[in-house]
Amino acid sequence: MPFLIIKRILLGLITLFIVSLITFVGTEILPGDACTTYLERQAFGEQLEACYRRLGLNVPAYERYVSWAVNAIQGDFGYSLSGEMPIKEVLGPRIKNSLVLASAAIFIGIPIALILGIVTALWRDKLPDVAISTVTIFAMTIPEFISATLLILIIAIWLEWLPGIVIVPTDVSFLELLPNIILPVIAIAMIMTAHMARMVRSSVIQVMASEYVQMAILKGVPYWKMVFKHVLPNALLPAINVVALTIAWLLGGVVVTEVVFNYPGLGRLVIESISNRDLPTVQALAIILASIYVSINLLADLITLMLNPRLKTLQIRK
Amino acid sequence: MNEIIQKVKNLSIGFKSKKGEEILILRNITTNIKKGETVGIVGESGSGKSTLALAMMGYVKHGLYTIGGECEFNSSNLLKMKNRDLEKIRGRKIAMIPQNAGQALTPNLKIGYQIDEALQLHSDLKEEKREQKISELLNKVRLPSPETIALRYPHELSGGQQQRVAVAMALAGTPDLLLLDEPTTGLDVTTQAHVLELLNFIAKDTGTSMVYVSHDLGAIAQVSDRIIVMYSGEIVLEGPSRDILKKPIHPYTYGLLKSIPKLSLAGLPQSMPGSQPQPGTMHRGCSFFDRCNFSEEKCKNNSPQLEYLEELKTSVRCFNYKSLMNDSQVNQTVNKIKTSLQDKEILNLSEVSISYAKQKLLDQVLNRISDDNPTVKDININIKKGETIALVGESGSGKSTILKSIAGLLRTKGGIIKFDQDRNLSSDLKERDPNDLRIIQLIFQNPDESLNPNHTVEEIIAQPLKLYFGLKGEELKKNIIDLLQKVRLGEFYMSRYPRQLSGGEKQRVAVARAFAAKPDIILCDEVTSALDVSVQAAVLNLLQQLKEDFGTTYIFVSHDLAVVRAISDRVAVLYQGRLCEVGPSKDVYQFPSHPYTEVLLGAVLEPDPDIKPKLVAEDIVEEKPPQKGCSFQGRCSRILGDICKNEVPPWQITNSGNSIRCHIPLKELQKDQIN
Repeated sequence: MPFLIIKRILLGLITLFIVSLITFVGTEILPGDACTTYLERQAFGEQLEACYRRLGLNVPAYERYVSWAVNAIQGDFGYSLSGEMPIKEVLGPRIKNSLVLASAAIFIGIPIALILGIVTALWRDKLPDVAISTVTIFAMTIPEFISATLLILIIAIWLEWLPGIVIVPTDVSFLELLPNIILPVIAIAMIMTAHMARMVRSSVIQVMASEYVQMAILKGVPYWKMVFKHVLPNALLPAINVVALTIAWLLGGVVVTEVVFNYPGLGRLVIESISNRDLPTVQALAIILASIYVSINLLADLITLMLNPRLKTLQIRK
Repeated sequence: MNEIIQKVKNLSIGFKSKKGEEILILRNITTNIKKGETVGIVGESGSGKSTLALAMMGYVKHGLYTIGGECEFNSSNLLKMKNRDLEKIRGRKIAMIPQNAGQALTPNLKIGYQIDEALQLHSDLKEEKREQKISELLNKVRLPSPETIALRYPHELSGGQQQRVAVAMALAGTPDLLLLDEPTTGLDVTTQAHVLELLNFIAKDTGTSMVYVSHDLGAIAQVSDRIIVMYSGEIVLEGPSRDILKKPIHPYTYGLLKSIPKLSLAGLPQSMPGSQPQPGTMHRGCSFFDRCNFSEEKCKNNSPQLEYLEELKTSVRCFNYKSLMNDSQVNQTVNKIKTSLQDKEILNLSEVSISYAKQKLLDQVLNRISDDNPTVKDININIKKGETIALVGESGSGKSTILKSIAGLLRTKGGIIKFDQDRNLSSDLKERDPNDLRIIQLIFQNPDESLNPNHTVEEIIAQPLKLYFGLKGEELKKNIIDLLQKVRLGEFYMSRYPRQLSGGEKQRVAVARAFAAKPDIILCDEVTSALDVSVQAAVLNLLQQLKEDFGTTYIFVSHDLAVVRAISDRVAVLYQGRLCEVGPSKDVYQFPSHPYTEVLLGAVLEPDPDIKPKLVAEDIVEEKPPQKGCSFQGRCSRILGDICKNEVPPWQITNSGNSIRCHIPLKELQKDQIN
């Protein structure tokens, strides 16, 4: 087991290394560089040279990669071009904002998804299932920019209950941010919950049809005890990986929603730095997003491994 | 003995078709289960036998519903009872032992917990007492070291052990009635015989009534006092076990008994034509009319009623039972197999060993396989052209592994597989040229999985024709029709999909596909185990016919020794990937034989209440072959001592040309076995 964990962590690190290489090489191959972008029409002669020297672009690419990587491991991603401030400082509040948005969506969305999924599966083909399933299919199919726009129109403009777009500074305190995130959270949670509820539903239905559940019924196990002891632990195991992917997706920035609501999160930063050709920031974002995906998936695999007796003993035996 | 414990009255269960028609799975079933008796319910798949057993617990599967009738237990109808009340009966008064214990035990709960759950629900025992009781129950079903077994998860046990746990779980509630749904199907022959013996013991010991559902007349014969034969959702024959098996007075049972291969008879049993009608396709007349040899004009339009014959204590549903009464001793006639054996050697396995061990990196680089104790070792077999050779043994004996290597699906670790004296087939599938691939074809156990569900029969059979012979257009079609006719399927099957075929028809398509490549050797991996008995005989007869027509060689893997006896010229007995005995089948089935062959033969269940299985060795599961000495040392009841543990036994050859690998001298082997 410890060997397995170490192996998985090493694999994750290798993935990150490859991602960093790809982004570095990608930004190298693209025509132009940070200085030409920054200086625009003045990008020639003495000024360009000075800029290269200042940003350290005058040394060979592999040297720059090594020094960038060494710094990045220590959390220093260099300077952003647009604001000329350390990327670390640009990223900090953005990550915090994205975390706030994601955790709100997770804490609301996942329990609701689980409950809806289980309810629809247990009352399969009955009224609760038909009603909830219809709604979830709607929520799944409406694109988030439409649902987000509708939410703004109805709740912010017609009813004037909540702010429609976020117009607070990036580094605002949590309490001030709170009313601003309600609409984005609803917009995200709708899609996410619907997807997960469908997944949980089909997983529970599959387990309910299994021979061991039939056996539990024939053994005289009361219905709810059967559901909690025999059905759910087995049905929710495959859900762990879906939940992990959803969390990673949320943390990585829900680009469309953030743009519609003008929310200062990671997703919007990605869009902004790409359109500004702020290559150092794009690099930093790529590596951070990749780390989020890798570590959350790693975590999910480990949890599955821990909870599934079948996998656990298999690993020990080998 | 005469107290009735459950009454089934006019029970009909069915479902609504898409068109809104009511389709019956069970039709008007009436029967009683008495206290202390064991009733066997026998029928082919789709006869409704499992539905009936589940209804006896008040359980109707999702999608089905009760159309009429009742299942009365303690003078209340289980089918109308509320779930809450049923929970007090299920597991406590009536308990179920499921078909596939591996699937029926919840994977995330420990064995001990699952038994404890039944005890908590159905007894008043305190916690310490329950723990003691769990050990007692596991002991009763003869599981080794109950304390450690209780802490294991289901997947950590072998199939036989899982089945025993299921029995222990059912006994936890001390039920009055035990329902057993194919409890030994899917177990090895020896394990099956042991589990049946255990069930018999429990029935006597506790006085529990049992309803034993199975397609296997051999198993039914060993346990039941009374037998109910079901066909197409109806009871067609019901009576005392001995009479039904010895003098069946219904044409279906008569045909069924004739189609079962027996150990004592070499040659292929007669097959019953046709197959059971699908639910909903029957409208008028006797449901067995199409397949019946005794049918008359009136059977076509009138359905016979179940008639009780006082003097035989038997109920029968047939207009013509009297003609069977006079002459119904099942005098089995068999079609003697013609051997088309030629002297030419077609396949030679010499010193073949195969390993599943994961390769170390160094070995991968050097492209070698290192494993000093491989799964399969020292296999030497010469196969003659036109021969049918059978590989037999329990699961884990390496019989399928050897097939895979011959087919090229698995690389051998050592030794040589040679085709036609000059072509080396030791290589992997990827390294073989198309012609080497063509000469060896496979037929798999389960046609549901080996036929692509999205291809029509035409496409399935066309593939090898296109691949190996480049046929196109009219010629391709002509060849397909020709092949279909060879496997006795009409031209109209071409446009059908596998799901539109019955099990037997699917297997025929698989046979046609194998023959389409015009192979020299066909590997048959348990080809009849997924089929019903009456269909099995037909497929065996077909294989034999095709072999005679084409001169093909079969390598036949089966766990069913009676089937092997029926079809093969030669038998090779394997244990833990090592050969124990090789010889002409008529000699292997006679003594003297290897102690392991003796164990296997002793465990065969015959559909005859007078032939009891002989349990010679324990049915323990060995995970790995022993490092040295005889492969069977761990279970042999006749072990001599250190010589068996240290030295690989020599081959001894009997007068009839039967080779046995054992340290015990032939004369002594013979002496003890005859007794």
